[in-house]
Amino acid sequence: MLKRTFLAATGLALGLTMVTGAFAADPLKIVYIGKNTGNPYFDSITGGFEDACKSLGCEFQFVAPATAEATSQIPFIEAQIQRGVNVIAIAPNSPDALNQVLDSAKAKGILVLTVNGDLVGNEGHRDATILPVDFTKTGPNQVELMGSLIGYKGEIAILSATTEAPDQNTWIAAMNKTLVEDAKYKDMKLVATVYGDDQPEKSTTEMEALLSNFPNLVGVIAPTTVGVAAAAQVVQSRGIADKVHVTGLGLPSEMRDFVKDGTVTAFQLWSPYNEGWLAAHFAVGVIGGTIKNEVGSTFEVPTLGTIKIEEKNAMNTQAELTTFDASNIDNFNF
Amino acid sequence: MSFLATLFRRREAGIAVMIVLFCLAVGIAKPQFLTLDQMRIILLLTPLIMIGAMGQMMVIVARHVDLSIGSTLGVSAMVSGMLYRFDATWLGFDVPWWTGIPLSIVVGALLGLANGVLIQLFRLPAIIVTLGTLSLYRGLTFIISNAKQIDRQWIPSELKGLSQTSPILGIPWIIFIAFGIAILTYVFLMHTRLGRQVYAIGSNPVAAPLRGINVTQVTLLVFTLSGALAGLAGILYASRWGFVNPSNTGSGFEFQVIAAVVIGGVSINGGVGTVLGTVLGVLLLGCVAAALPLLGIPGTSQAAIYGAVILIALLIDRTVRQQGIASLRRARA
Repeated sequence: MLKRTFLAATGLALGLTMVTGAFAADPLKIVYIGKNTGNPYFDSITGGFEDACKSLGCEFQFVAPATAEATSQIPFIEAQIQRGVNVIAIAPNSPDALNQVLDSAKAKGILVLTVNGDLVGNEGHRDATILPVDFTKTGPNQVELMGSLIGYKGEIAILSATTEAPDQNTWIAAMNKTLVEDAKYKDMKLVATVYGDDQPEKSTTEMEALLSNFPNLVGVIAPTTVGVAAAAQVVQSRGIADKVHVTGLGLPSEMRDFVKDGTVTAFQLWSPYNEGWLAAHFAVGVIGGTIKNEVGSTFEVPTLGTIKIEEKNAMNTQAELTTFDASNIDNFNF
Repeated sequence: MSFLATLFRRREAGIAVMIVLFCLAVGIAKPQFLTLDQMRIILLLTPLIMIGAMGQMMVIVARHVDLSIGSTLGVSAMVSGMLYRFDATWLGFDVPWWTGIPLSIVVGALLGLANGVLIQLFRLPAIIVTLGTLSLYRGLTFIISNAKQIDRQWIPSELKGLSQTSPILGIPWIIFIAFGIAILTYVFLMHTRLGRQVYAIGSNPVAAPLRGINVTQVTLLVFTLSGALAGLAGILYASRWGFVNPSNTGSGFEFQVIAAVVIGGVSINGGVGTVLGTVLGVLLLGCVAAALPLLGIPGTSQAAIYGAVILIALLIDRTVRQQGIASLRRARA
């Protein structure tokens, strides 16, 4: 009898320990590894993560290497594995250099997500990807916006980031294809594609050279935030906004002045904030068992509505690019 | 012959010839390179490098080197950017637009002085100390800014105006500031006792103290000046580009500046170098940077060509100068 009581008591005690243990468990630890520090674009994604974790009760940290080199994120991933995080979200600086270290994270049971850029061709090394839009639509959307600014007629050029930037190169290929194949754009001629390396100095000299080399230029598409601001500054300081239209992908915070003074009529982007917001909700749902990380399954995210997991476990926060102009730019604070 | 001899005796001859030949060659391929408009573009590429190069030249003449100026530029620009961003929060009022100019210069001077103190008082080599502070100061930029960029909307429009509005001939203020600094540097180096002492300690650091030169004082001075000029370049970066970014602002600046100084004929062994040569070195780099995209050279090969041009410029400079010396000897014989 005594023995049974003892056993029961031990059992109860064990059970209690387990229950309290479960309740006292550390909150879910999520880390987001950006391409590099000091990049205002990632501040906005981080904001989405932070707000989501405030409402979901997870613990969030943002880290990033000083430079956006292919291998510079590896030590950061290793440190986070050591720290024992539950979720590693990353904007990869390389589509293949991270394969091994991400595999070792997955082997430890860590949920690996790529956010705002994917491991193209190496999708097996992450669990899912969160992209702002379907990137195949970015090129055509940008061409259409340019066309509407210049009356679908005249010489245009592209000012990109670095020559090897994977996202930009995908979009530029799609722009070329759209210009050639869609009869609507038959009077628009792409005369040059140049690279400003995402540096203001280099982007400015490339933009000045475009204007010197192509006096009939009517438009420049810069699908990169540094490039579009540099191109706008050249047009602003030369006072040629009525002749050369600059558009591209830009941050409202960096482009606001140019839109207000009429240098730039309209440009596009998505909401980086929503990427962080969606990624945090997805991660918490998958680890909590409420979301199945399977192609075709759907789930609800506050303010975003129903999100569907597409081919290759990819999710998008919005269907089309958002266009910013004088009428709406003050509604965005990133 | 005597005219040529005088010309060749000038150390700057090689680089001047190089600039003329380069511009003519580019002009043949692209006539628009030889227009006033293009000159304005080239000049606008140079002011920050020119200001940084004046400080670096003094340091190199004194037989040291300052690798930290890119990061000094970053910290100085960031301190002013933070003040513009948070003045209403911190102080309760908006500071006048020009506040950043003295502020950045003072911050830069202090960082430069810190380099000088480490080098002179602890007898450490400048290349090692400034390699350390290159990282240290860049890290400081991240810490004080919390790794956040200061966006365009916070930079006062009057400050941005320095790079856009012009007092005369359509040439923006920022270019006059750069040439003004070059003239001041010339006056300091050629017409003040301290300036001459910079050359003296560079030519013979052992003999200099024997001649009554306070080496510590002069060394601290050149590093402080180098830092102060990097600080001025920092606030002008905010003016020219309209933002301050913790990782980009000033990154790689030291390489452009040292390249310009060395192309300009300043000896890396100390004691030799002129303001005119340095100005020409800066202008050559500006011409090359503007010409490469104009010639339609693809982005993939621009970096390699830029580097090759620097090496060729150095070789031509050496050759022209040696022939000049040889012809002088013949003339005397």
